[in-house]
Amino acid sequence: MRFYEYEAKALFARHGTPLPKGQVARTAAEAQKIAAGIGGPVVLKSQVLTGGRMKAGGVKFADAPADAEAAAKAILALEIKGQKPRGVLVEQRAPVAQEYFAAVTWDGRRKLPVLIFSDMGGIDIEEVAEKHPAHVARAHLSTILPWSAYRAKEAIVAVGVTGDDLNRLIPIVSTLVEVFLRYDLTLAEINPLGKLADGRFLVLDGHVDLEGDARDKHAKLLEELGIGKEETREARPPTAFEIKGAQVDASDHRGVAGNVREFDGDLGLVIGAGGGSLTLFDAIRKHGGRPANYCEIGGNPSVRKACDLTKLILSKPGVKKIAVMMNVVSNTRVDIVARGVIKGCVESGRDPAETIAIFRIPGAWEDDGFTILRKYGVEYCDRTVSMDEAAGRAVAKMARA
Amino acid sequence: MSILINKDTTVIIQGITGREAVNLTREGLDYGTKIVGGVTPGRAGRDVYGVPVYDCVRDITAKQQVDGSIVTVPPRFTRDAVFEAIEAGVKLIVIVTERIPRGEVAQMVELARLRGARIIGPNCLGILSPDEAKMGGLGGPAVNVRRAFKKGPIGVMSRSGGMTTEIANTLSAAGLGQSTAVSIGGDAIIGSTYAELMPLFEADRETRAIVIYSEPGGRMEAELADWVRENKSRLPIVAFMAGRFMDEMPGMRFGHAGTIVEGKADTTVDKIERMKAAGIAVAERIEDIPALVKERLRGH
Repeated sequence: MRFYEYEAKALFARHGTPLPKGQVARTAAEAQKIAAGIGGPVVLKSQVLTGGRMKAGGVKFADAPADAEAAAKAILALEIKGQKPRGVLVEQRAPVAQEYFAAVTWDGRRKLPVLIFSDMGGIDIEEVAEKHPAHVARAHLSTILPWSAYRAKEAIVAVGVTGDDLNRLIPIVSTLVEVFLRYDLTLAEINPLGKLADGRFLVLDGHVDLEGDARDKHAKLLEELGIGKEETREARPPTAFEIKGAQVDASDHRGVAGNVREFDGDLGLVIGAGGGSLTLFDAIRKHGGRPANYCEIGGNPSVRKACDLTKLILSKPGVKKIAVMMNVVSNTRVDIVARGVIKGCVESGRDPAETIAIFRIPGAWEDDGFTILRKYGVEYCDRTVSMDEAAGRAVAKMARA
Repeated sequence: MSILINKDTTVIIQGITGREAVNLTREGLDYGTKIVGGVTPGRAGRDVYGVPVYDCVRDITAKQQVDGSIVTVPPRFTRDAVFEAIEAGVKLIVIVTERIPRGEVAQMVELARLRGARIIGPNCLGILSPDEAKMGGLGGPAVNVRRAFKKGPIGVMSRSGGMTTEIANTLSAAGLGQSTAVSIGGDAIIGSTYAELMPLFEADRETRAIVIYSEPGGRMEAELADWVRENKSRLPIVAFMAGRFMDEMPGMRFGHAGTIVEGKADTTVDKIERMKAAGIAVAERIEDIPALVKERLRGH
């Protein structure tokens, strides 16, 4: 879950990390006021959850408050990669002598966090690592032994930094590690970390990602930073259809009928579970089908939940039929899903036999499930029909629809 | 033979009085698993289908050997439960719970390494050695397990619990039984990756081939490809890669917590390329797996 730059900086500021004077503005007039308060040259930065701001024109400089207002106006009106800015960050502009890089992230292979430090900041760190390996230091961190600042010192020294710079950098880098560990972050990055002409260091840009599954654990922090519970902070914001899907899932604690994603096709999908959904979605597309949605059912959802999910999918304009498919199930009851989807069709005023292109869920209680499906004339198949073949049958029916 | 568990493995269940755990107990006992005790603090003295409940793991380990523990407690209590099991000397821990922040998973993994314990999961359905025992919900009730899983020479590892059963069922239908099937978990950090389990299958003389189920996200497939190349494995591997559509949708999470495309190395195209380069066959459909396995068994 990505933070806006101003939120990342607010988090750093709480831990004493030095930042340029500045504030986020929602309007151009506000930006002008902030610039006047700072006095002197400022930089204005679009607050979006994507890279490439500079190239897109989302970063501007202003020497006077009036210029800041005009720059803010332009930035606030500018969409970057489909994102409208949340605001514009107005900051004091300071002459930078050198740029550094510091980040903590996960090394999935070692299953440990890793601190990365470089005295060549401001540019793509992977490129630096490739072309100038001596300028990138890495240190893996323990998650059970206490963190100690000497590890930061060693990493900084490893790229050749010493003297006053070293002593000024240690607390900044060490604090970054502490923040990463304390808040279950998946990324804490300062880039660039600027050294000013007078020798001081400032965080010029920051990037923070918090683990989605740790949101509840850090609810207080998120509230204090003004991050709403409804903000998913994914690559794109959720659609109204997806929000309704989440509501269906949340309405009942039994099982899962969620992670609904909207697509623009005509075949509704009631599929599961996690891996099964990925496999089936691929199969539908491979056969030339056009999914109207993605979703995951599993963990034995209630009849009501399966019914409400079916109704939601059928309510989407352009959905002609639905395919109900899962891998061989372990703990989901076939008869309960069958009841739910049939009820969902009936309550939507649709004939289950016409609406359900195929039902392929083999496993526990399948005989009871198949009996119900037969009664309503729904085409079903057992485990002798593969997931791929079932998907193919559903797509073939769409062509005739 | 099998890896990790067999009919003699003694197992406990932490959080045994929970709704899901009660089912796991029933299913496990029905399948012949030696479930010797359960833990739920404050519930000592009760029993679940005849399995005695205790307050602490040590109350059980003080009396008898405990080989493994199934941990199925809510996410915020999981780390504590796993630490308790490790420090009581339990060497195999299956974590069923999902939605645990990876920082805590890493802590469990690090302590397990320190103490010589092995973790499977989190966010998994556990381990199943056909006709021997099962730890976790894999395959569901015993009657369903017996339909999908048959004893035989194929080791199965899968990032999806449900697809573990689907694949086992497909193999069984084609006359290819399984030595052990492991649902390794769907999170970004898990206790045991494919490459970390390979040496166990390699050492099991009954296992003659491996089938894996893969997804986008993470470096696990690349790690396996490297392992195969470096260790000159005797075991042919057939992989299935799901979630190919996700390559076009970076930054979106589908399926499991660990399933997200953030960089090129996370894509299915990149993973397939790496695995093929290491000699791992990649099946286009689940039903193509048995033929690919048989082809490779003939070659060995």
